[in-house]
Amino acid sequence: MTMLDIQDLRATAGDAEILKGISLTINAGEVHAVMGPNGSGKSTLAQVLAGHPSYTVTGGSVTFMGNDLLDMEPEERARAGLFLAFQYPVEIPGVTNAYFLRAAYNEIRKARGEEEVDPMDFLDVLEAKLKIVEWGPEIMSRAVNAGFSGGEKKRNEILQLALLEPRLAVLDETDSGLDIDALRIVAGGVNKLRSTGRSFIVVTHYQRMLNYIVPDHVHVLAGGRIVKSGDKALAHELEARGYEWVEALHGVPA
Amino acid sequence: MSATRVQQRDAIPLAPSGPGWLEPVRRAAGALFARTGFPTQRDEEWRFTPVGPIATVAWQRSPTTPGAADRTALAAFRFGQPEWFTLVFVDGVFSEELTTIGPLPRGARVGSLRAALEEGGDLLRDHLTRHAPTDASGFTALNTASFTDGGLVYVPAGADLDRPVHLIFVTTSAAADAALHLRNLLVVERGARANVIESYVTLAPGTRYLANLVTEVSVAAGSWLEHTRIQRESERAYHIALTHVDQHRDSHYRSFSMALGGALARHNLHARLNDENVETLLYGLYLTRGEQTADSHTAIYHDHPNCRSWEVYKGILTDRSRAVFNGKVFVKPEAQKTDAKQTNRNLLLSDTAKVDTKPQLEIFADDVKCTHGATVGRLDDVALFYARSRGIGAEAARRLLIYAFAAEVIDEVALEPVRLELDRLVLERLGTVG
Repeated sequence: MTMLDIQDLRATAGDAEILKGISLTINAGEVHAVMGPNGSGKSTLAQVLAGHPSYTVTGGSVTFMGNDLLDMEPEERARAGLFLAFQYPVEIPGVTNAYFLRAAYNEIRKARGEEEVDPMDFLDVLEAKLKIVEWGPEIMSRAVNAGFSGGEKKRNEILQLALLEPRLAVLDETDSGLDIDALRIVAGGVNKLRSTGRSFIVVTHYQRMLNYIVPDHVHVLAGGRIVKSGDKALAHELEARGYEWVEALHGVPA
Repeated sequence: MSATRVQQRDAIPLAPSGPGWLEPVRRAAGALFARTGFPTQRDEEWRFTPVGPIATVAWQRSPTTPGAADRTALAAFRFGQPEWFTLVFVDGVFSEELTTIGPLPRGARVGSLRAALEEGGDLLRDHLTRHAPTDASGFTALNTASFTDGGLVYVPAGADLDRPVHLIFVTTSAAADAALHLRNLLVVERGARANVIESYVTLAPGTRYLANLVTEVSVAAGSWLEHTRIQRESERAYHIALTHVDQHRDSHYRSFSMALGGALARHNLHARLNDENVETLLYGLYLTRGEQTADSHTAIYHDHPNCRSWEVYKGILTDRSRAVFNGKVFVKPEAQKTDAKQTNRNLLLSDTAKVDTKPQLEIFADDVKCTHGATVGRLDDVALFYARSRGIGAEAARRLLIYAFAAEVIDEVALEPVRLELDRLVLERLGTVG
């Protein structure tokens, strides 16, 4: 089954065109890594899929489980089963993690035609999800991401992923800024959430995380286009030869 | 003599009978007000505060027979805490019937100031009108000359009131066009502890009146006072208040001041740190809508070394409303090792709302840690997107973030029933913002 079908996607930020015609098809259960140097457009792709207000789509189409994704508001995309793990998760002082996550969880449940859960039942739901990121319940009484370390913020994103059970999860540089222990926990969490019905797009600069989350396909972005696609061996080749190699290959100025 | 001046003089109600020492204080204050009248926007301290209309109204004396208010009507204001010491004033008149005062520690007093004045005694002579300077403004002078009643809370040395004291000042339609001058006196003696809440509420939301209030606070050595103020006047009312706090060695004072009501509401909060090792925490939250103006003027006087003051005021404005924040921190040359931090943050929800914010630090000591910051901004698009990307709808996300902005200060209210009520008030108000 086709989960996501991107055709000739173009997007701008202000006057600058960042995505210059991206085409990519992802089937249910597949993990696609999107790699590329800084400024290649890989994070933009992740954010455009979730409907980030800083970008304007100027061309192309994105079909998510048969529906026109670009026609949906960000919350509709989430309710339809799309999840973006932010590169820079937002701090919301004044709202506890428990409140925020339950609000999100109930919205997603409502969209699926399921009953909302009260705070007590929600704690039971959480217990299993917290295990996925090797966390205790203390984190839930803290304000959303406020004063969290870089690693805690990323774990919180994966906790939300686990809770909201999306069909397609987009991880935007989830490995950036993580030490090896945090990376192991975060990647371990993602692996526990892999299933035949769920697809992933793993956006990353480095091959490192792909040692833990082994992709089915690897795409290299440069200058707003996919310049090379392959299997996991491509990630290793990039690690060995650097991005200059692909950029040179395709005439993209560094 | 101008019409305005005549009306101002007429606004002075007859002072209740009181002890001999008070008479000259009141006369001097009356004379001062007759000379200066109400402040105008030409006065630097009132530059951004549209007080002009107050002087144009022929204010009536406060009604001697207050309007109807019963326990059922007041239940909404009592935080669901029937056992708290609760003093009720209806249209400025003390209501014995609506008041609840349980057993007090030996020597403690919680009651009407007027009753205490009639009794006499040293307590009032030592404190009443001794803290708040009569010349703080024309309003203070008028209050000193005219106050009719108010709450008295006295906690003797070493005592701990085991429950909060709640002073409720409620207005009814009988207060229409009246000027209410009320004075509260809170004295917490050496090593004592107290928790006092002042509520200014109304049963007649469309009524115009002037509430002119002064609260004098004495926090003795080693004592501890948590002071909450909730202003929910009629949105046609003028609410002008001065809270003056005198703190002594090793004392702790924490204020939370919330402003929701009033056409024009001004709260002056002055804290004088009269000795070493004093802690002063001031939190504020103002929510304005329509044509409301909320004005918070705070002044912290660091006169001695090794004191800490911490201040966070936040505002949420919509429609064509306005807010004013002025935060003065004075650090005398001898006040070394002062640690003072001041923050004012404002959230504008409309293009027509306006904030004038002015941190004003005057530091004459060299070994101090003093910082301040003021911001005026809108809801963060990226934060909104973050919430929406989790499935939360645009409007709900907006409300969540506005609530979060307010919750950061509400969380500082230690009393849980009060905190929950303030949460509810904010959420209720958010249901109506555009």
